[in-house]
Amino acid sequence: MISFEKSEAIAQMQYLIQTVADNMMRPYSRHFDEQEGEIPWEYINFMHTAMKQMGAASLVPQPEKEGEVKEKKGQRQAYQLMAYTIEMLSWGDAGMYLCTPRGGLGSAAIEAAGTPEQKAKFLSRLNGDDPIFTAMAITEAQAGSDNSAIQCRAVLDEATQEWVLSGEKIFITAGHKAFVDTKGFIVVWATIDPDAGRAGIRSFVVEAGAPGATITKKEKKLGIRCSDTVTLTLDNCRVPFENILGSPTVEPSTKGFKGAMETFNVTRPLVAASALGVARAALEELKRILAEQGVEIRYGLPRQKMTNIEREVVDMERMVRSSWLLCLKAVWMSDNRMPNSLEAAMSKLHAGEVVTKVTQKAVELLGPMGYSREFLIEKWFRDAKISDIYEGTGQINRLVAARQLLGYSGKELR
Amino acid sequence: MYSFQPDEEQQMLIDVTRRLAANDLRPAAHEAEEHGEIPVSLVAKGWELGVLQASIPAEFGGFGERSALTSVLALEELAYGDLAGALAMMVPGLFAIPVLTAGTEEQKSTYLPAIAEGAWTPWSAALIEYQFDFDPQDLHTIARPDGGDYLISGEKRLVPFATEAKTMLVYANLDGQTQAFIVDAKADGVTVGEREQLMGINALPLYSIHLDSVRIPKANRLGGEAGHDFGALLSAMRIGISAAAIGVARASFEYARDYAKEREVLGSMIAQKQSIAFMLAEMATEIEATRLMIWEAAWLLDQDNPDAERAAYLAYSGAVDMAMMVTDRGVQILGGHGYIREHPVELWMRNGRGIASLTGLAIV
Repeated sequence: MISFEKSEAIAQMQYLIQTVADNMMRPYSRHFDEQEGEIPWEYINFMHTAMKQMGAASLVPQPEKEGEVKEKKGQRQAYQLMAYTIEMLSWGDAGMYLCTPRGGLGSAAIEAAGTPEQKAKFLSRLNGDDPIFTAMAITEAQAGSDNSAIQCRAVLDEATQEWVLSGEKIFITAGHKAFVDTKGFIVVWATIDPDAGRAGIRSFVVEAGAPGATITKKEKKLGIRCSDTVTLTLDNCRVPFENILGSPTVEPSTKGFKGAMETFNVTRPLVAASALGVARAALEELKRILAEQGVEIRYGLPRQKMTNIEREVVDMERMVRSSWLLCLKAVWMSDNRMPNSLEAAMSKLHAGEVVTKVTQKAVELLGPMGYSREFLIEKWFRDAKISDIYEGTGQINRLVAARQLLGYSGKELR
Repeated sequence: MYSFQPDEEQQMLIDVTRRLAANDLRPAAHEAEEHGEIPVSLVAKGWELGVLQASIPAEFGGFGERSALTSVLALEELAYGDLAGALAMMVPGLFAIPVLTAGTEEQKSTYLPAIAEGAWTPWSAALIEYQFDFDPQDLHTIARPDGGDYLISGEKRLVPFATEAKTMLVYANLDGQTQAFIVDAKADGVTVGEREQLMGINALPLYSIHLDSVRIPKANRLGGEAGHDFGALLSAMRIGISAAAIGVARASFEYARDYAKEREVLGSMIAQKQSIAFMLAEMATEIEATRLMIWEAAWLLDQDNPDAERAAYLAYSGAVDMAMMVTDRGVQILGGHGYIREHPVELWMRNGRGIASLTGLAIV
């Protein structure tokens, strides 16, 4: 039965997170944007303690044991809760949201592709006394959207039964916090057989302090400046055999790579959720300032009778709402274990474009005030753009969606 | 809990309407449009699916309960076959749904069984007027109290089956509020004008109506003396035409997608080129985004939620742009062939543009 009834659990979560956003994020937004690189420990420690008290291992839904189905069909809403949480945290501050401890993309990868033992080993430690971070390292200087061009190498040392990793990974979100500031881990994508192409790509859990792994650069960015983005250099870095996610041998199929790519079906809608939190923040602030200046938005009028500002605001509202529903459907499908790579890609490409447009318009419509650092609108405009880039650019997601819609392989539609 | 899964009954309705759209509506669409006439047998066949009858409770001759959301699902499928045909099949609803949701008990028992129990008969409604800034909430057709009655004067346009309908709803401005009145087509002062000539949906017979001090008994105001909330009806109309827009857009998207997979240019299928593939991805995304907004608005309307009006307005606003964007690209992807009337995409483009102008020709 189609229903748009928000559950009590989601409503409560929203209420709770909004309190966090109002009190722990918004008042410090400007500070952490200007002091790039400073770590928002107060927020981090608060979130760590709060989540621990609530019994939530991380923002990532609790791992399910193999074959175990906790809730009845249609009742699972872990990813929906997560999307609402991320939307609200990003409404508070998208950069600080990326500094949320106890999870992130690294844990999402383990949740999606790890064995029950790996889930138990790596995800349970998120619940320790001190906050830890997890990150994901995919991008290389020559391999961005084209993940299959990865050159970072993983070789098995038969004698010691360790993987030896070598290469350089760039653009790792929260990598510094995962590797240096806390005792977390980074999930690193590498190839176990460069000749095998996609079939040779695996991901490895590289724990903080692993010998031969060093953070070598911190990027300076357009936005989300509160969140660190780093380079990880791997120089014969040794990790235990069991830290590989997926099969240790190259199989004729690209199943392993596909498994890794399936992580995106979970994370793309969540990036969309983050984007839409920023979009909603900008839209609400725009409407607040307009109302203060005596501009009323008259809903229900034919376009021919609307002022330009009314029309822009109605368009923005409509874009944000429809984009949110795409995101919600995609995470609902994750909750219900439905294949959703098309919906995940669509929600991401749509939200990336919507947040970009909405924040651009908000700056434009407020004139010189929109450009001023006295208000947060200009910051949200800068924060917004990353959503159209990471977890697959808008263009890559169009490619992914188009292949699904047309029934084409990567070879048929390049 | 959120859910995006139609229930079993809804899925059955989707299946039967989809079949009718593919097997009957679509094959007849071209001829019907070119000749400006829809086969009576086709309309009757659509009527027999019982989409409207399922919205009317048993006590009034139907066999179900009104659900805007369920009607949205059916309307998308029917319009996927042909917009004009879908609107023609559902024309009695333009009268029945307002009576059902806003009429007095007496109005319901007088009219609904007559509509629901028999074969398809034309019952019409007159909302649209010719102003560039036509606003359903600020009509130029005026109703004014006169003795115990109302007198209505004005000019209505795009009234479906006006020459055949015996009774219709006429929307008029009563002290600044839009209200519907039940009007006997034979009443003094009612003149049916020429058949309307439009850019599209020519298979649907539409007429202008002139009302010259037409006397309406007090009991014929929809909802009786207290009248009714037009906002809810307008939302149901906006959702209705938006649902139809989804069907038209989906038709165009699928046709263009299939064409692009078979059309070879410079050594590969055009669908294998990103310029075309990305267009298709954006079309599908926008269709889905708009569909979900329409579903949500219909669901809110079914819940009598106060947010329904704004949701319906936003959904409609999205549907207008989406329909134009998608149907324009449908033509563009076919290139020169898209411009030729042998392919249906040019008709869908004409119909796609119509969504902005046709509020009042569908209701859920």
